[in-house]
Amino acid sequence: MEEALLSVQGVCASAGEKPILHGIDLAIGKGETHVLMGPNGAGKSTLGQVIMGNPTYTMTEGAIVLEGKDISEENAAERSRDGLFLSFQAPVEVPGVPLQSFLRAIVAQHPELNLKGKRFKKRIAEILEQLNMSADYLDRELNVGFSGGEKKKIEMLQLLLLKPKLAILDETDSGLDVDALNVVSKAIAAYRAENDGTILLITHNTRILEHLSVDRTHVMVKGHLVAEGDASLIGDIDQHGFEQFGVAEDIEGNKISHALDEDEAPAFDAEAALAHAEAAVKAAEAK
Amino acid sequence: MAAEKQQVTEVDRSLYDFVKSEEGYERLDAGLTPDIVREISAKKDEPQWMLDLRLKSLEIYHSLPIPDWGPSIEGLDMDHIVTYVKPPTEQKSDWESVPDDIKDTFERLGIPQAERAYLAGVGAQYDSELVYHNIQESASKQGVVYSGIEEALHGPYEELIHDHFMQLITPQDHKFAALHGAVWSGGSFVYVPKGVHMEFPLQSYFRLNAKGAGQFEHTLIIVEDGADLHFIEGCSAPKYNVANLHAGAVELFVGKNAHMRYSTIENWSKNMYNLNTKRAIVDDGGTIEWVSGSFGSHVGYLYPMSILNGADSTCEFTGVTFSGATQNLDTGCKVVLNAPRTSARIDTKGISKAGGIQTFRSSVLVTEKAEDSDVYVSCANLMLDDESRSDTIPAMDVRAKNCNVGHEASIGRIGDDMMFYLMSRGISEDEASTMIVNGFANPVSKELPLEYAVEMNNLIKLEMEGMEGAIG
Repeated sequence: MEEALLSVQGVCASAGEKPILHGIDLAIGKGETHVLMGPNGAGKSTLGQVIMGNPTYTMTEGAIVLEGKDISEENAAERSRDGLFLSFQAPVEVPGVPLQSFLRAIVAQHPELNLKGKRFKKRIAEILEQLNMSADYLDRELNVGFSGGEKKKIEMLQLLLLKPKLAILDETDSGLDVDALNVVSKAIAAYRAENDGTILLITHNTRILEHLSVDRTHVMVKGHLVAEGDASLIGDIDQHGFEQFGVAEDIEGNKISHALDEDEAPAFDAEAALAHAEAAVKAAEAK
Repeated sequence: MAAEKQQVTEVDRSLYDFVKSEEGYERLDAGLTPDIVREISAKKDEPQWMLDLRLKSLEIYHSLPIPDWGPSIEGLDMDHIVTYVKPPTEQKSDWESVPDDIKDTFERLGIPQAERAYLAGVGAQYDSELVYHNIQESASKQGVVYSGIEEALHGPYEELIHDHFMQLITPQDHKFAALHGAVWSGGSFVYVPKGVHMEFPLQSYFRLNAKGAGQFEHTLIIVEDGADLHFIEGCSAPKYNVANLHAGAVELFVGKNAHMRYSTIENWSKNMYNLNTKRAIVDDGGTIEWVSGSFGSHVGYLYPMSILNGADSTCEFTGVTFSGATQNLDTGCKVVLNAPRTSARIDTKGISKAGGIQTFRSSVLVTEKAEDSDVYVSCANLMLDDESRSDTIPAMDVRAKNCNVGHEASIGRIGDDMMFYLMSRGISEDEASTMIVNGFANPVSKELPLEYAVEMNNLIKLEMEGMEGAIG
């Protein structure tokens, strides 16, 4: 097998004293699209943050290797310059920093893009058009007062601008209306098509997957990767939720009601009630 | 993040921190006596009323106590401050005639360049005296006067100056106002006639080169009814290991329906005691806008005051204060709303770092006369580490009916989530924190002309240098 672009090797991570990830192994080959699914609180987003190098989490064991280089000790800025990208589930608002200045600053950190002066402006204009966004956004403060959909589009703008080797898309599709979802899906498709982009997609939503061909699907439960399969695993989870992995949740994170077991069963006994009703009817007829 | 990484290196201030020789300069003896005051007055060949004002101020100075609130000024030994240092030149109106040393100083600070680019007039003070003053012909043709205040005292505006000089800030105000009255020297006089709109700003730059000296310039500005002026004040000094003192005074008279903006970027060196007093009085329908950036000084007391004395007059105050290592800056503003339908809006940002202490202090008085007035005070503080300190001391006294009064205060830190977001896009830790702080100060810098906004952002960058590892 060819060496993976990104390999996550036996990674354990905790937030403060609380362990969240327990020995995660994951290998993603160049140009592949992987989907990471799992019930709420499984640690999916944490894995994305740990791969990107969020210092809030401590990696207690394991290694993260990008193109054969161990980047476990690198900070987030260095990982970005190595070609990693994380699209945030909740992009952060940075008051007083105009979007345009921010974009210039990040492009300056990626000299290989060769986007100075006019080329920068031209590229930004192209991407804005692709995302169906007005140039007015450039003068606004970074993410400040943006709607959920607008924030996700700004993430996609940066994805297309930076052309990373590997993009982790954390719930990029959640909470979007149909139009925004279309725009985001197209952006992801463009990233793949134009750059042979590699994707780790964390999602609850199967609708976005209709637009994407998926190479591998991973299922995470309670900080462990419990299953791996091809795209068909998604359809399976879509139908049955995460029950087969011991969690009574459907794919969108809702509790599955029929799985309510004895200790949560309703006190109302339908059969007994029916029997009582029948008895009552009979008694009435007898009168 | 590990505590041993919280090291902050000395920033490179070479841009401002250079010293010129004092050879050939006249330096009066240190200390404060009637003889010193008489000598200053005699050198300036002043009218008798000014000498009387100086001597009276000196008496008041000796009778007033040192303020018992705010940062300590114990390090300031008044018996050793030299109150008057005259550079070996008369005031010029072309840069070529200014002595090379002094010209070089202002060139390094970018003053002549700025004058050529976008200013209607420039005054440059070096130690106790103005060395350069010039106003564009187009402005002087409209009757605008911009000159050294001593120069104006010897001309047709003497009476006007007499009627306004230290009338708004009186020597009885506080000890350092009295000191100013006694030993003031240099500064600018600006007169904008009725209805004249100045298209470009005027700028005065104050440079204190002399070690252990004080600078006491007086700025008197009269903006007549319906006129419009933007005045910019800049200041800097090299760093010495002895205390320097700045006790200037700024008096602004804003006429009916007139508009004045007063912008300051203060960047004194960190051995400076900046005990400056600024005050504006505004007539009916007039507007005073203050834009204030305080970066330098060891100790600072600065509360520009606006007296809204005419109906429908307004005041806007936008300020940022950055307190780094060894700095204790007590800044804010005062507003007196003294007429119906007046309004005041105060918006300040404070940043403290590396053990710096930053205090926001404001006082708002709405008198019985100020019915239907509006006041809004907002102050936000950002502390960059655990050793620094931020305090907020707002005071409000509302005595009128039907007033809207609002106040908002917040103290925060640079969020880890913000840092991680910026860094995840390739921005270094250092640059990310600078970006966040610049963004925080943006409400102020966006009020400044572009060149000054750039200077302010550079000052923030200078202050932020060496922050690597100090955040997060």
